[in-house]
Amino acid sequence: MLRHLRRSIVLALCLAALCGLGYPLLVTGVATALFPVQARGSLGPNGSTLIGQAWQGPQWFHGRPDPYTPMASGAANLGPRSRVLAAQVAARLAAWHRLGVTPTAELVLGSGSGLDPDISPRSAYVQVAMVARARHLPVGAVRRLVQSQVQGPELGFLGEPVVNVLQVNERLARLR
Amino acid sequence: MAQGGHGVVRSRSLLDGAILGPAAIDAGRKLDPRVQLRNPVMFVVLAGTVISAAEALAHPSAFAWQITIWLALTVLFANFAEALAEGRGKAQADSLRRTRGDTLARRLGADGQEVQIPASQLRRGDRVVCGPGDVVPSDGEIVAGVASIDESAITGESAPVIRESGGDRSAVTGGTRVLSDRIEVRITAEPGQTFLDRMIRLVEGAQRQKTPNEIALTILLAALTLIFVPVVVVLPPFAGYAHGRVSVVVLIGLLVCLIPTTVGALLSAIGIAGMDRLVQRNVLAMSGRAVEAAGDVSTLLLDKTGTITLGNRMASAFLPVGGHTESELADAAQLASLADETPEGRSIVVLAKSHFNLRERELSPPHRFVPFSAQTRMSGLDVGNRRIRKGATSAVRHFIEAAGGRAPADLDELADRIARAGSTPLAVADGGEVLGIVELKDVVKSGITERFAQLRAMGIRTVMITGDNPLTAAAIAAEAGVDDFLAEATPETKMALIRTEQAKGQLVAMMGDGTNDAPALAQADVGVAMNTGTAAAKEAGNMVDLDSNPTKLIDIVEIGKQLLITRGALTTFSIANDVAKYFAIIPALFASTYPQLEALNVMRLHSPASAVLSAVIFNALIIVALIPLALRGVRFRPSSAASLLRRNVLVYGMGGLILPFLGIKLIDLFLTATRLA
Amino acid sequence: MGFALTLLALVVCLALAWRLLGAYMVAVFEGRAHWLSWVERPLYRALGVDPGREQGWQRYTASLLIFSLVSILLTYALLRFQALLPFNPQHLPAVAPALAWNTAVSFVTNTNWQNYAGESTMSYFSQMVALTVQNFVSPAVGMAVAIAIIRGFARRGSAAIGNFWVDVVRSVIYILLPISFVFALVFVAQGSVQTLAGPAHIHDLLNGVGQTIPRAPIASQEVIKQLGTNGGGPFNANGAHPFENPTGLTNVLSILLLLAIPVALTYTFGRMVGSVRQGGAVLAAMTVLFAGWLAVAVAAEQGPNPAATAAGLAHQPGGNLNGKEARFGVAGSVLYDIASTQTSTGSVNSAADSYTPLGGLALMAGMAQGDITPGGVGSGLYTILLSAIVTVFIGGLMVGRTPEYLGKKIQAREVKLAALGVLVMPVTVLVLTAIAVAIPAGTGAVLNRGPQGFSEIFYALLSQGNNNGSAFAGISANTVFYNVVGGVDMLIGRFGIIVPVLALSGVLAAKATVPASAGTFRTDTPMFVGLLVGVILLIGALTFFPAVSLGPLVQQFSHGRLF
Repeated sequence: MLRHLRRSIVLALCLAALCGLGYPLLVTGVATALFPVQARGSLGPNGSTLIGQAWQGPQWFHGRPDPYTPMASGAANLGPRSRVLAAQVAARLAAWHRLGVTPTAELVLGSGSGLDPDISPRSAYVQVAMVARARHLPVGAVRRLVQSQVQGPELGFLGEPVVNVLQVNERLARLR
Repeated sequence: MAQGGHGVVRSRSLLDGAILGPAAIDAGRKLDPRVQLRNPVMFVVLAGTVISAAEALAHPSAFAWQITIWLALTVLFANFAEALAEGRGKAQADSLRRTRGDTLARRLGADGQEVQIPASQLRRGDRVVCGPGDVVPSDGEIVAGVASIDESAITGESAPVIRESGGDRSAVTGGTRVLSDRIEVRITAEPGQTFLDRMIRLVEGAQRQKTPNEIALTILLAALTLIFVPVVVVLPPFAGYAHGRVSVVVLIGLLVCLIPTTVGALLSAIGIAGMDRLVQRNVLAMSGRAVEAAGDVSTLLLDKTGTITLGNRMASAFLPVGGHTESELADAAQLASLADETPEGRSIVVLAKSHFNLRERELSPPHRFVPFSAQTRMSGLDVGNRRIRKGATSAVRHFIEAAGGRAPADLDELADRIARAGSTPLAVADGGEVLGIVELKDVVKSGITERFAQLRAMGIRTVMITGDNPLTAAAIAAEAGVDDFLAEATPETKMALIRTEQAKGQLVAMMGDGTNDAPALAQADVGVAMNTGTAAAKEAGNMVDLDSNPTKLIDIVEIGKQLLITRGALTTFSIANDVAKYFAIIPALFASTYPQLEALNVMRLHSPASAVLSAVIFNALIIVALIPLALRGVRFRPSSAASLLRRNVLVYGMGGLILPFLGIKLIDLFLTATRLA
Repeated sequence: MGFALTLLALVVCLALAWRLLGAYMVAVFEGRAHWLSWVERPLYRALGVDPGREQGWQRYTASLLIFSLVSILLTYALLRFQALLPFNPQHLPAVAPALAWNTAVSFVTNTNWQNYAGESTMSYFSQMVALTVQNFVSPAVGMAVAIAIIRGFARRGSAAIGNFWVDVVRSVIYILLPISFVFALVFVAQGSVQTLAGPAHIHDLLNGVGQTIPRAPIASQEVIKQLGTNGGGPFNANGAHPFENPTGLTNVLSILLLLAIPVALTYTFGRMVGSVRQGGAVLAAMTVLFAGWLAVAVAAEQGPNPAATAAGLAHQPGGNLNGKEARFGVAGSVLYDIASTQTSTGSVNSAADSYTPLGGLALMAGMAQGDITPGGVGSGLYTILLSAIVTVFIGGLMVGRTPEYLGKKIQAREVKLAALGVLVMPVTVLVLTAIAVAIPAGTGAVLNRGPQGFSEIFYALLSQGNNNGSAFAGISANTVFYNVVGGVDMLIGRFGIIVPVLALSGVLAAKATVPASAGTFRTDTPMFVGLLVGVILLIGALTFFPAVSLGPLVQQFSHGRLF
């Protein structure tokens, strides 16, 4: 028994050093050297392209109706027959209608992370008219912008085509 | 094959009133919780019945009482099944007891004086005397004399058998009757331990212990019962979360429906009935373990003679040598065989008659028959100055060379050829000349090849055991279609074969009768001793075949398999039944909490009460419906494991899934029509 | 179309993993892999272990239990002393005792149930040294047990089932570490974060939003969290978090990683018992069930979200997108969550609580079956073998022989141990759920009302009892009650199966082997696969049907109603 105990402690400590320090530090070192931007969080001047933000007003493309609080990630977790969810969706629908937009499901239903940086191309297209009107831009120009911002699925088939809301808005700000 | 219908160990119809009545009474007697505890599944049902009855007393309703009654009936039906299986054994035991009666024995004192004492006082080592008409008082060995004995009390076989001192036919069994002559018997069994006593206890099931496989299955069933207790017990708090209430009676009904009551109720009946099926074929298994092992047997050692070939070799051709004619040879061979009463000898006479129309004749000149002896290995006839002999080629060669003759060159070659063909060469000589060879042919039993093919399909390897030389053995083995053979077998080589097979992981079954078979019988996983065999052989084996029929081994294997299949089939059936019962009871159970769950009521049962009641009634009635199957065993046709499995999964698995849907629906319709629920 | 290609790619990769990784693991556990012996040998020296000396099942079990106990205590201590330890840029305080207990048990048992949000609770040191280490150790222990039972079947008349220390060391060094290292770099390349720098503070001048973005050495933990079927990620959002699972590629790689070892172990099993077909049969049963539930979930999630429909959202062509990330869509989300609940991983890239009723039921199903399709690393194989033994026993009887599996006779002792191992999880889960739904400490934690609340509680205890770790995450289980009860649930769910399995290994290894014949119940045929699937489904359904009726099924049948 005592021998098992001694071995257990030695093995636990050895593996803690090997897997708990050696492994992550080695990965950190190599990753930082090879992929410095990604390793640090894909940060740009206006934030991380991977972490969504809350956008207000008709002059911006909006993302998912998420809280966008990175220090507390997570979904809303409301069930499929939740009265609360139904009320929230109704309110979001009303808000979109006030902006003159017929939203997609994505625009009234929260994401899994609460930080979703993306929306589907359709969700972007339904906002084009709203944005163009608010910015006094031709609808066609805004639509073309969105078109240029569609990121296809990885390798052509992995995942869904998306528009990154931060990136499209950064381009939008520069659009004249 | 003797089915034992004429013996004491007689099979009775399932619905024999003499068994049904007592079984019904026994079913009630078995309600004793101490009896029920042996069967965890039925114990839970009994406990559930008691709780349900208490609940019905506290809050009386027609529904609660109906459920309670059907739960009680479930227990009673299970007891009834067991009592019915035991009943057949009990009836057999009673008639065996009657044969034993109170026999008086004539014990020989040290001074040679006969003293009359009750048979029950005989001890091992006592000597007794039996004359014509006497019942042999106990098991023993004949030490002096020879007698014909009626063994029908034990075997059901009415033809008397000869027993004599010395050799392998010296054993007598208590309860048999001496028909002629006087024998002196040394008693070999202590009182209460005789073959008859053991047989009574066996068929009565008094010593019945659970067999290994039955224990394993009981554990699985207990585990399934154990899991369903929490499954049901947690339902009140589960429903309580939604502020619902569930009825205790319904919960108990659900529990009883879910636990494997069908197989639980029939399990011991299946085991008893399996033993009983053996008894009906006049095989006594000393333990249930042996019956199960029989199902597992993978190597079958079969004696050539009697099992694979008809008991005896038959003359099939006269093959002359050295310029002699066939009729010369036939004539000499017939003369040499006239006094030979062995089947081989008779067959030579018959062949001579049918081929050359040689009739049996009176011999006019002074003549002398020379009997077979182990030294000369020949038999024959001296008539006038002719000295005619028949025997093994080497012995006959020796005989003519002694008389100054020379064997023709082609003799050995011919003898070899015959042996290779699986026959036995029997040389015939007249004085100093060899006339030729009589071919004695082993006749393979008709149908045995198909039997072996079936065994092979079942994954059982057959090994033929014979004293013949390897050439002969190989030829017969090929003709009969056995997988392997052991030639020139001795008790030692037999034993060695069993050991090597077992070392390879095979389970070996064999049959034997002689004292020198005893070690091999003990070593084999299933050792079947013939009833005609010695006490030592019977002691060593774990089964005794009262008919002493070597083909029986194959039946025994099939009965063993059938026993296991019946258990497996009913277990599968029982578990598969649960699906339908869930669909009946769950919507009913939560009807007041979540009426939406009515969507699960796929059988469209009339009301929650009728749904629960129907499921409980189905659960009880299915036990009764399956009693005949449990006692008879499921249909077994020898075939490969794969096709057996396919059939049984289809019938008992799929059937178990579908049947209760229909059954419960029908009962529900009936209850609704009769306004019982 | 994209989904079909994704599935195809996954199947091809898994087939390769099955053959190659499976064969590699045979070499590793038979001691024929030496390329890392420069790490391995010093470890044995430090442990005082002679790799050539094997243990009987009692010693093997004792080693495993003591090692697990030490691991729990060490993890607990690290969490409790977090404030005093380095790599804590956010100056996070010590983890509370009940939470530290639950978390320590959770990571040691390969559950990785998380009653905390990583970003606001755990320092980098805790993430790496306390939690990531267990992400390596707990699957290694699982693999050791799986290899032990494989040896039980493969050996005859043997008193030994291997050496626990050697099996664990080899699992970590030869299998988990190299694969993790390679894939961690791929994840970083795709956008997964890997840094020791503290949170990033950004201010977006466009919309005037300020954000504090937590960071950590994430990729290294993410990869082993999947590969080891752990599931415990650095962030609360788990696999939905863009730093953990940034793209469609990492999404499918995550799925590949979490399925790879459990799938490949069936090949290892087949090879070591002398017939790859036997391993193939087990894998086939796993695949049938996996595919079945995947189909159910995909079909269900293609449907609309009922609450959104009630709120007037008429068109939901993309299916139920509530709680799902845009980059994964419904199919990519369902595939991930199904894979994660059919293994004992429990990481999620979409909110299980927000699935449609039948979608949620499909997620529960993997766990109700005991997480064996293909199950956790090691645990999937050794647990499904228990079901296989029960199947063989019932099926074997039906061919008229004492049932045998891989030449080992299945008798009373084997049935007893297998039944114990199969039934310990359902009993534990049901009883603990009954307690939780009956007392305010249990019911007070739920978010959703009505049957969904019941589902949250049931799911929590089902998930922990199966060492899965996923959740209907509306439940706020960071309470003393749930921390303590969950810990008990996880311990029983883990060691209540491991101990009977190891005992079984010992019993089987000591047995002689019966040669197969035409009379043997074949266990490498479609028939056996069908029976095994039937037995697994039936045991799962019979034990959990009432619970599932009161949760997802009520929801499903409550057309047009909200709770």
